[in-house]
Amino acid sequence: MPARLGAGLALLVLAGLASSPARIRAAEAESPVIRVGSKSFTESYILAEVAAQIIEQVGEARAERRVGLGGTGVTYRAVESGAIDLYPEYTGTLARVILKDPATETPPALRARLDPSGLTVSDSLGFANTYALAVRADLADRLGLVTIGDLGAHPELRAAFSSGFLERDDGWPGLRARYGITVSRVDVMEHALTYRAVAGGQVDLMDVFSTDGQLERLHLRLLRDDRHFFPDYSAVLLARRATTERFPRTWAALRDALEGRLDDRRMARLNAMVDLDGRPVADVAAAFLGGRDAEAAAGAPAHRALLAEIAALTVDHLVLVLISVGAAIGLGVPMGIAAARARQLGQLELSVVAVLQTVPALALLMFMIPLFGIGKGPALVALSAYALLPIVRNTHAGLVAIDRQLLEIAWVLRLGPLRRLARIDLPLAAVPIMAGIKTATVTTVGTATLAAFIGGGGYGALIVRGLAMDDTATILAGAAPAALMALGFHALFELLDRIVIPLGLRG
Amino acid sequence: MIALREVSKRFGNTAALDSVSLEVRPGTTHVLLGSSGAGKSTVLRLILGLAVPDSGTVLVDGIPVEPATRDGLVGRMGYVVQDGGLYPHLTALDNAALPLEARGWPRARRTARVAELAAMTGLDAATLGRYPRELSGGQRQRVGLVRALALDPPILLLDEPLGALDPIVRAELQDHLGRLFESLAKTVVLVTHDLREAARLGHAITLMTAGRVVQHGSFADLAERPVNPFVTHFLTAQTLGGVAPAAR
Repeated sequence: MPARLGAGLALLVLAGLASSPARIRAAEAESPVIRVGSKSFTESYILAEVAAQIIEQVGEARAERRVGLGGTGVTYRAVESGAIDLYPEYTGTLARVILKDPATETPPALRARLDPSGLTVSDSLGFANTYALAVRADLADRLGLVTIGDLGAHPELRAAFSSGFLERDDGWPGLRARYGITVSRVDVMEHALTYRAVAGGQVDLMDVFSTDGQLERLHLRLLRDDRHFFPDYSAVLLARRATTERFPRTWAALRDALEGRLDDRRMARLNAMVDLDGRPVADVAAAFLGGRDAEAAAGAPAHRALLAEIAALTVDHLVLVLISVGAAIGLGVPMGIAAARARQLGQLELSVVAVLQTVPALALLMFMIPLFGIGKGPALVALSAYALLPIVRNTHAGLVAIDRQLLEIAWVLRLGPLRRLARIDLPLAAVPIMAGIKTATVTTVGTATLAAFIGGGGYGALIVRGLAMDDTATILAGAAPAALMALGFHALFELLDRIVIPLGLRG
Repeated sequence: MIALREVSKRFGNTAALDSVSLEVRPGTTHVLLGSSGAGKSTVLRLILGLAVPDSGTVLVDGIPVEPATRDGLVGRMGYVVQDGGLYPHLTALDNAALPLEARGWPRARRTARVAELAAMTGLDAATLGRYPRELSGGQRQRVGLVRALALDPPILLLDEPLGALDPIVRAELQDHLGRLFESLAKTVVLVTHDLREAARLGHAITLMTAGRVVQHGSFADLAERPVNPFVTHFLTAQTLGGVAPAAR
């Protein structure tokens, strides 16, 4: 049995290797492709899409979009490992978060420092998206809030900050020290959700980006940073040097089209076109490249595009669920059998699998990035590992619950180990095993929505985008089909039970 | 021939068998008689090789039952347990044909063999397609018997085969079994706590209590020449229940 277990684990590792960076680079040689990444907020999506469209226009390579990867850490690791080739980043972020050296804030300084990592940056795209603090305009008027320092007189205010802002030295800790201010309460909230909380009056103060398209619509006012605490966050493209050298015309075109071309207002307008007018990112990017972004937003026929996208994502999501559950069955049932056969080793095995399950699904997905990069492969590995527990546990429980006398009789009848497994053990444990597979499948439909956070696709792509753009309709467009799919699988398993569970065992 | 030589077996602090010796002559039915907990079933499990004695030897056809020999020896035995020991997910036919399937018999031959044995054991052919839970206790018992007989083993080991049956079915099956064992000339070891069953079926009886042999002999020996008061007590306790033993 240990041999079987070992083979199973090897399979899991292989499944992961299938998508390792090495493999990705091998595929690159066959069909030239530039992978464009982005963080998960509107501006990053737009800039990435603009870059992707420029790459397509030049035609040196195919553009592959791996957008909405998450925060700085994940996205930087992705470009560093070669899982993506470039993404929009900010000078201040690179200097302070990645290099931890505030002196390297200019593009030339960054270029010199990033060179050993095989990375390079463009010049500034023209705008700086600095951190800022925002309050509702009516509150600002009522309390006379103009500068950040004015907050010192109002410690009763409640704040909600994004986790990055709350922890970074160039965020809340440093700001608080510089201005000597306190607030009565600080919560960590997903940025997109904080807007609603502020607009709804549950929260008074939030961190925003100065190019945020929603500031005007939601009647938010920025507090002036009169002590110049926030560093310069000029937008740049962060790229792998090897990519810029391999596709020189593309890199030149990217720099030509973007460097110095976007000021704060223009970027804020592009953000608003997506966030407030609900126009597809691809449309907005195309409008910018065509110089048409100054025009009034046309009523975008988004519905048909969304339906087509949901259809494509349904296939995507099904693939995620079916492959990962399939792998979990292929691995989990033998592991359950092994655990039932070797009792002591089995307890150890069950504990390991259970511990795996206590890792939050999102964290498990994040762990995949340094190991296997981003995309579908790592997502499948994580989802398979996550689906393992109910299958292993139920297989084990079903097998050890079989009447011992029936197993002794199987030996007396000289059935042999394989025939016994196929004819006696597995059919007798069919009810719990099927229940485990059903649990694994239905929960995987839900967990798979998280795959989008590491570029794995599926319905989660809509949820991530909807969250980033504070668009409930888009979130629902991802969440509702996922719920329907879970129900569908539930029904399918009721049907499957009638086929798989032996007639004599049905109550 | 089956023989136990001074066999002892403990489970934890309890002595399941304490220096038990007995011999079963080929072609005869040997009844292990006693109350529950007497160690009768442990004797069967030792003969099958499902349990290993702490000391002493178990011989089947002169070969000691050991981990190295038990796989070969068990092929000479058929085993029937209370309520049949049937697999709930298999039909009566598939249950009974399992040992034939394991030996690679083709389906048609398996079905024919099971039908033949079903007729012999008084099992209605129409019940063969049913699942165990759709059968009566007597039918389940007969299916278990057919399965044990399928490969025509020379030895049959029966552990309270009729224990779960109501008295009428039980009496009927007892007669049936007696005739069957006689005609097939099997070496039979039958475990029961039922005196009437022992009297009807046993050529030889070993009365046991608390892991020890009290007396070997025919029913007449036990009834007429009890070695101690326990034998008389055991016999009268049940005969007073109203069933007169019919001496063979």
